[in-house]
Amino acid sequence: MTATADNFVDFQNVWLAYNDELLAKEHFAVEDINLQVKQGEFIAIVGPSGCGKSTFMKLTTGLKKPSRGEIFVDNQPVTGPLKISGMAFQAPSLLPWRTTLDNVLLPLEIVEPFRTQFKARKQEFEARAIKLLQTVGLDGYERKFPWELSGGMQQRASICRALIHEPKMLLLDEPFGALDAFTREELWCILRDLWTEQKFNVILVTHDLRESVFLADTVYVMSKSPGRFVVKRHIDLPRPRDLEVTYTPAFTDIVHELRSHIGAIRKS
Amino acid sequence: MNQKQLERYAPWGLLILTIALWQIICSAFSVSEFIFPSPLRIWQQTVEFRDVIAAHAWRTFWVTMAGFGIAIVVGVLLGFVIGSSRLAYAAVYPLMTGFNALPKAAFVPILVVWFGIGVGPAILTAFLISFFPIMVNIATGLATLEPELEDVLRVLGAKRWDVLVKVGLPRSMPYFFGSLKVAITLAFVGTTVSEMTAANEGIGYLLISAGSAMQMGLAFAGLVVVGAMAMVMYELFSYIEKNTTAWAHRSSQN
Repeated sequence: MTATADNFVDFQNVWLAYNDELLAKEHFAVEDINLQVKQGEFIAIVGPSGCGKSTFMKLTTGLKKPSRGEIFVDNQPVTGPLKISGMAFQAPSLLPWRTTLDNVLLPLEIVEPFRTQFKARKQEFEARAIKLLQTVGLDGYERKFPWELSGGMQQRASICRALIHEPKMLLLDEPFGALDAFTREELWCILRDLWTEQKFNVILVTHDLRESVFLADTVYVMSKSPGRFVVKRHIDLPRPRDLEVTYTPAFTDIVHELRSHIGAIRKS
Repeated sequence: MNQKQLERYAPWGLLILTIALWQIICSAFSVSEFIFPSPLRIWQQTVEFRDVIAAHAWRTFWVTMAGFGIAIVVGVLLGFVIGSSRLAYAAVYPLMTGFNALPKAAFVPILVVWFGIGVGPAILTAFLISFFPIMVNIATGLATLEPELEDVLRVLGAKRWDVLVKVGLPRSMPYFFGSLKVAITLAFVGTTVSEMTAANEGIGYLLISAGSAMQMGLAFAGLVVVGAMAMVMYELFSYIEKNTTAWAHRSSQN
């Protein structure tokens, strides 16, 4: 099989069992995943907890190899860790001994080609990081340590860290799950603006349906273990979307519709 | 005087109070100085034998620092190895725990056979007793990495070495300095115990010879000196810890 043209992410009948023993028993964490994501598309994956959403992330980034099936990203088969991706998780996991700025710069110290140029182009990279921090509203906090920031600010810095090497694909695993409702909505808008400006691919794993509908082009609903995609819902709300849209009937209808799918999964 | 100042001077106050009480009891019941010397008597003996005590103390000090130095090198290396590899951790850790359970004083006679009376057994006892906490703390610091952070770095193509150097080592620094405080006091214990049976110099030797000559004031003076040395070194490492890894002590600073 080959990658089909103009799909940025392409999962073809992907199955994953965590080890050989489970594979022999045909006990899969995710089953028969088929997924085609266009260049620059924002997708969200929702589902009950323990449904293999995080497994899906590991497959996409090449941290796990599928037991069956094939994955293509950017028309290349995924064989190992995918450096064109940036990741952020529910825990900001910033390093407490580095300033916010140095935390954001960390990927550049590791990923090529920046790694070898890091010393020579440090000033340029710093300027880039400061600019990125400004776009998420963290100007003036560059020299502060993570523990001097609020949870929402830390999460913004974490997203900056995921974006500093200008990845083509951003993977977010419940990034706003630990934040209060107001901060969460604020960060939705920040993510929306970053994406609108740079048009990288986003794969957002979440259990917040409103979040998925507000941000994504396409929402996939995953079933409980073994994880399967059971529903694919295109969100046709016009862009740019404002927070106001979350109070419109069209928006709530979609949320309700997805909710009923989740409810059906939970009962079965 | 506010609460903070009170906390700061409290240990000194307690020390003075204890000494005063000790002196009062010794004077009031006229306790024999061969049984339990008064603070005044200890002070007199300290002054009287200051040159002798200083010579023995210096010996104990440098011997301890030598053993402690070896303990840092060996402890860090071993800790690094077992903290960075799960296999090494599984293989080494149980044996090390078993070794740590052995009383180190029991090694002294063996070390005497190997190295003779003198510096050798003392340095090695100090080393044997103090490398364990250093090793364990480095290993713990390295082994307790958040899996998410490791994913973030691995996806960027980070090798194990990158993760260890960028994240593991800095993370284990507070553990390391914390363990130094514990290890230095243990090292003094090791040296003193070894000197008691296997040396002709040092505070341990002074304690034994003063005891057998019924010079209890001098013996107590030796105890006070070794305790003071251990405390000063403890405070030194505590100071270094606070000033190098401030990020780990943020709650105490606010």
